[in-house]
Amino acid sequence: MVKRIEFDEPKCIAAGQCVMTAPEVFDQRDEDGVAIVLQPVPAPEHWDAVRDAVAICPAAALLLVDI
Amino acid sequence: MSETVPVYPFAHPAALEPSPEWERLRDECPVSRVRMVSGDEALLLTRYADVRELLADPRFTHSLTAPDAAKVSTADDGGVFSSENSAMTAGPDHPRWRRMMNKSFTVKRVTAMRPRIEEIAHQLIDDMLAGGQPGDLQSALGFPLPVFVICELLGVDPGYRDKFSHWSDAMLNLTKYDQDELTTAAAEFQAFMVQHVQDKRSKPGDDLLSELAAVVDSQDGRLSEEELVITAQGLLVAGHETTANMIGKMVSMLLADRPRRWERLLDDRGLINSAVEESLRFDANPGFGLPRYISEDIEVAGCPIAAGTTVVVSMASGNRDERAYPEAGEMLIDRVPNPHLAFGVGPHSCLGQALARTELQVVLAVLLDRLPTLELAVPAGELRRRDGLIVGGLEEVPVRW
Ligand code: HEM
Ligand code: HEM
Ligand code: SF4
Repeated sequence: MVKRIEFDEPKCIAAGQCVMTAPEVFDQRDEDGVAIVLQPVPAPEHWDAVRDAVAICPAAALLLVDI
Repeated sequence: MSETVPVYPFAHPAALEPSPEWERLRDECPVSRVRMVSGDEALLLTRYADVRELLADPRFTHSLTAPDAAKVSTADDGGVFSSENSAMTAGPDHPRWRRMMNKSFTVKRVTAMRPRIEEIAHQLIDDMLAGGQPGDLQSALGFPLPVFVICELLGVDPGYRDKFSHWSDAMLNLTKYDQDELTTAAAEFQAFMVQHVQDKRSKPGDDLLSELAAVVDSQDGRLSEEELVITAQGLLVAGHETTANMIGKMVSMLLADRPRRWERLLDDRGLINSAVEESLRFDANPGFGLPRYISEDIEVAGCPIAAGTTVVVSMASGNRDERAYPEAGEMLIDRVPNPHLAFGVGPHSCLGQALARTELQVVLAVLLDRLPTLELAVPAGELRRRDGLIVGGLEEVPVRW
């Protein structure tokens, strides 16, 4: 199975919870802190961490969907 | 209108215990009338889903400056939620401002501050040990650490921390200080910060304020100086007392059931991050909650709420909602994921949350290393709440080691 991250960038409030939770998958832009998805199609070993990031993102800006 | 409307915030049976009212209201009356200490009425939300939905709604803010907004404090100007200076909220450049601030609070920047925060924690623990036991962890570690960190962020000399503590304390008043004390503290703080901003202008350092000053200078002058001062004030007010109290409460909760909490952490440091999050969720005493001024008619949990109403959301009650969390009444330090409401939700949620989390994680890690035998010096049920402030906390946290 393959999964993809949907990131609704305008919603992102740059709190960085995704980066703290799944640092291999997310980073933040230096200029404004908005998230960057490093692995739009994350490796399966990161799915759990990504699911946690999706759940705790304070802006509800992230989804992990099947493709 | 003559039936009694309960006074909010509610009484708690003990400092670490939730108010039984929360559970009753979640079950029976999730949109409930309450009376503020000012005498004004508001509606209180207590369920997780309702709290989350309202906080995430960008239409409503904590701006209580509308003439018909409820006053949450007995001070004439209604306290922190209504006294925010218009320069920041009414300025045309708010998005630019938040972007600039966000830049200083990214995980990368905050992680870079980690070694310095560790150093501060070690120094403060050294001082506490030197004072002998029992010690008060709240005044020795909890209270000074976040002031040090914010002083660091702003490039303010740590020697000013006692003054800063007092100003911050006064500016967050609910009932503890009168209007005169509030006005004096605010004026002193204002004067100090104006001078500090000017110093940073002439002698920039390696800190957030100097950085902001440089950006602002390259565009436009005077108004921005005021904005800088307000930014600094806002950071102190928002980041000091909140984190200070949370340190004391977190350690108390973890020590209140040593075998299931503290000793498990001693065995497995991998649980530090989830223990911090669970402490934030389980905190029964976070203070007031968040007010929202309802500027257009809405419906919450099937109840219509009219424009002009002030709604207060209780994140602490939402965090204990059985509808959102299995075993909501249990503190499970390995709970993952934990989308708690302690930092708010949505566009206005806490700007400093990465920093706050880092401070709490560092404090916990350093305490586990330095003082594995740490224990409460009084029964947890005898810890005393700190009243009269918007941010809830403990008067003291007596410990032995
Ligand atoms: C405890 C201190 C603070 C209070 C009481 C406060 C209050 C408010 C209020 C009432 C609003 C809503 C205004 C509106 O949306 O029309 C707001 C928005 C905002 N605040 Fe604060 N604020 C505080 C601290 C800060 C600080 C320190 C900063 C940044 C340096 C900041 C940045 C912003 C920004 C950028 C917005 C607009 C956000 C948006 O519209 O998405 N606030 N604040
Ligand atoms: C455990 C510690 C903390 C807790 C529980 C906490 C909680 C909160 C909450 C609930 C809000 C949302 C207010 C609203 O929605 O109306 C908020 C806003 C804010 N917090 Fe924190 N906070 C903490 C630490 C910090 C720290 C360390 C800083 C910075 C040094 C900080 C800076 C801010 C700012 C600037 C805002 C206003 C954002 C805006 O108006 O856009 N906080 N905080
Ligand atoms: S957790 Fe959500 S809001 Fe925060 S940086 Fe990541 S995507 Fe943006």
